[in-house]
Amino acid sequence: MADPMKIRATLQGDTVEVRVLMQHEMETGQRKDAAGKTIPAWHIQQVTATNNGKPVLSAQWGPAVSKNPFLSFKFKGGAKGDKVQITWTDNKGEKRTDEVVVS
Amino acid sequence: MTRKTILAVIAAMALIAGCATMMSDAEVSKKSLQVMKSSFKERGQAKLDRLDQDEVQAACSLYGTPDKVPKDVAQRLEQGQLKAVRYPADGKFVGDWKAGETIAQSGAGKQFNDDPTRPSGANCYACHQLSKQELSFGTIGPTLLNYGKLRGSSEETRKYTYAKVYNSNAFSACSNMPRFGHNGILTEQQIKDVVALLLDPESPVNK
Amino acid sequence: MEESRKWAGWSAITVAAVFAASIAQMAGAQQRTAVEDIARYRELLQDGNPAELWELRGETLWKTKRGPKGVSLEGCDLGLGSGMVKGAYAAMPRYFADADRVMDLETRLVHCMVTLQGFSLADAKKQPFGNGTDRKSDMEALVAFITAESKGVPMNVGITHPKEQEAFQIGRSMFFHRGGPHDFACATCHGESNKRIRLQDLPNLLEPGDAQRAYTTWPAYRVSQGELRTFQWRLYDCFRQQRFPELEFTSDGSIALTLFLARNANGGKFNAPAIKR
Repeated sequence: MADPMKIRATLQGDTVEVRVLMQHEMETGQRKDAAGKTIPAWHIQQVTATNNGKPVLSAQWGPAVSKNPFLSFKFKGGAKGDKVQITWTDNKGEKRTDEVVVS
Repeated sequence: MTRKTILAVIAAMALIAGCATMMSDAEVSKKSLQVMKSSFKERGQAKLDRLDQDEVQAACSLYGTPDKVPKDVAQRLEQGQLKAVRYPADGKFVGDWKAGETIAQSGAGKQFNDDPTRPSGANCYACHQLSKQELSFGTIGPTLLNYGKLRGSSEETRKYTYAKVYNSNAFSACSNMPRFGHNGILTEQQIKDVVALLLDPESPVNK
Repeated sequence: MEESRKWAGWSAITVAAVFAASIAQMAGAQQRTAVEDIARYRELLQDGNPAELWELRGETLWKTKRGPKGVSLEGCDLGLGSGMVKGAYAAMPRYFADADRVMDLETRLVHCMVTLQGFSLADAKKQPFGNGTDRKSDMEALVAFITAESKGVPMNVGITHPKEQEAFQIGRSMFFHRGGPHDFACATCHGESNKRIRLQDLPNLLEPGDAQRAYTTWPAYRVSQGELRTFQWRLYDCFRQQRFPELEFTSDGSIALTLFLARNANGGKFNAPAIKR
């Protein structure tokens, strides 16, 4: 099972700033192991964020994103107490969803 | 263990415990070696005897950094180390500078995770500036840029350079530079190649 | 009206992802710029330090009932009293009367895992470091959590107990101990100011300023390794490069050297887990 994300969502003026740390190998599929065998690609492909169930961000990621990636974004229209939910899906179909309350 | 030796050990332990707050330097290094022997375990080529010290290592450890070594001690150490330098039987000191450059770039060798059957590097660049092209160089040792251009390549210079790489402590006691020949890090041919890197007019060091 | 304002603004206005780029492109750059670039690179990475993922996991581990006795580590005394975590790391290593031994954080955690949770000593010590991929270390996660609770606290390591004094003296002696085929001691690289190995600045661990900067920034998330590294690991890997045998986790030597270096950093504000290349 994938490890939990660390999410922070804070209201600043009329925008909510969301900062997310995800734990993932983000293997590019280009690297070789000590024996010279290609290490298969394994990375997050899809990231979505919702606020109280409404989508606020949808992103497609590839192998260029670093291991244990950090994502930061802002959106308008959120309020304190709203629930921000982040979901990632990787190329093996594994998924992880975590949630935080806007403060 | 006989009763006598047990008593002696207990007495020694009591002595150490009693003086814990004011151990002399010698007591501290003795205790410290004991602690180290129980705090490391051998792995691969790195056995516990690597913690034991020869005369140079023991003396230098006592003074800390090279600048704190008294002159007379330094002289004595240097003379002893110079006597132990083994020069090439064929009388040639200079090898191939290109091979020397590879050796100067490599930091492999002698670590517990290194393959002991593969040659070691000297990692000269870790501490010295050598060529204009290589910007990733350290500053623990002096710059060696234009080493050959500045010194020429007389027999005397070639011999000195060989000996310096073979045993830095023969000229500068307690130098931070490893004794590459004396301690068997580099082979005779490898030292010649490093000498060539420093002295050959075609080497990037002198360009 | 309220409704329409809300929905009109429903778009992500900025998306920023920080990618850990390599510190390539050094060639051609001036030396000074290279050093500045590394500093800037660290600064950019500061926000969103993946070490927080380890802290999160460590906090859960600290609070979870585990081991044969099925209790959490919350009753563990790190020197400030049972369960007191805040500021504890800034005063470690220290002497613990219940064990009659000077202990660093890891050694104390092992002690608590054995005495409180009922783990065997071997089990408690078996995974000091993660391997950067699939093999994670609970110890590193716990250390990340506990050290983070000392952020902003000035280092204050005492040498009042005779065993602390002895550890300090032994640690100091180990620092200067030359050995192995390369004659290296800790002091070879860390005994002079303003030196560099390749492009990496070397802290002089005998100088308060440098010692503080160095010691207070471990543990650190190493971007190049994708792994959180503890101070125990830092010593372990230094000795590997020193061509010494393998330093044993929680050994008296590792504790003595840690105490010596931590003590030299006294007064510096603890600022880890940090992030390093």
